Amino acid sequence: MEPIGYELGSGHLDATFMALADPTRRAILGRLARGEASVAELAAPFGMSQPAISKHLKVLERAGLVHQGRDAQRRPRRIEARPLEEATKWLEGYRKLWETTFQRLDALLGELQTDATHRRRTKRRKK
Amino acid sequence: MEYSGPKHKLEVTLPSEREIVMTRVLDAPARLVFDAFTKPELIRRWLLGPDGFSMSVCDVDLRVGGKFHYVWRKDDGGREFGINGTYREIAPLARIVHGENFDEPFYPGEAQVTTAFAEKGGATTVTMTMAFDTREIRDGAIESGMESGIVASYDRLERILQEG
Repeated sequence: MEPIGYELGSGHLDATFMALADPTRRAILGRLARGEASVAELAAPFGMSQPAISKHLKVLERAGLVHQGRDAQRRPRRIEARPLEEATKWLEGYRKLWETTFQRLDALLGELQTDATHRRRTKRRKK
Repeated sequence: MEYSGPKHKLEVTLPSEREIVMTRVLDAPARLVFDAFTKPELIRRWLLGPDGFSMSVCDVDLRVGGKFHYVWRKDDGGREFGINGTYREIAPLARIVHGENFDEPFYPGEAQVTTAFAEKGGATTVTMTMAFDTREIRDGAIESGMESGIVASYDRLERILQEG
């Protein structure tokens, strides 16, 4: 695998999306969004061993989504919001472009259906 | 009139490293939606991307092995860009599979696009799955869309503000 950089750019976003692709890692982020937690505190509710949780945390840390707190004993993990915001913004731009396009399609389909109704009515009147 | 946003939201997901999937509900029977996706005189009226573009070429040869060619031109005389491709599978009112690339390709190979139509209670759900050869190509496609998407949304914002 290619090295994961911390610079802004698609390499960074790749790491973010790869980290987010796993349901356990999304759940860990969900837990950390409510406040910092140690590895032991994270492992308990997931019914996973601490090494298994640590592995997931490493992926999240490499993506810059999670940071280690200062407390040397507990080593609490903390969520980092910025990469998540970047990832959302990246996809949102694409979504908006297509949303504009689909809204045009909504309007066209509306017109086509009105036309069809109108034609049916006119036909009936002629009979 | 007050702008209340679209009734149905477009969902965009990245289910794998090489794919983009878009899902959107349209308030029309599949027969009309399928026409809107396959008849040039209808395609020209909506498949336009950001505001300020129109289609100068819209050729469709709707049969397996048949080709399509779309070219967009910026209305203020800007440059043109186009995509072309070949139909691989056509199941009327249900499913179209085609390969596509840009007329001036910035990536090798083709994107495989599957468009599925599912009608329920008079509304049709369209699911477009775009599969690229590599993750880098997919990301490039999202990034190129992002720029114009931002332009389009600013344009729309301006319009909403003017309508006040």
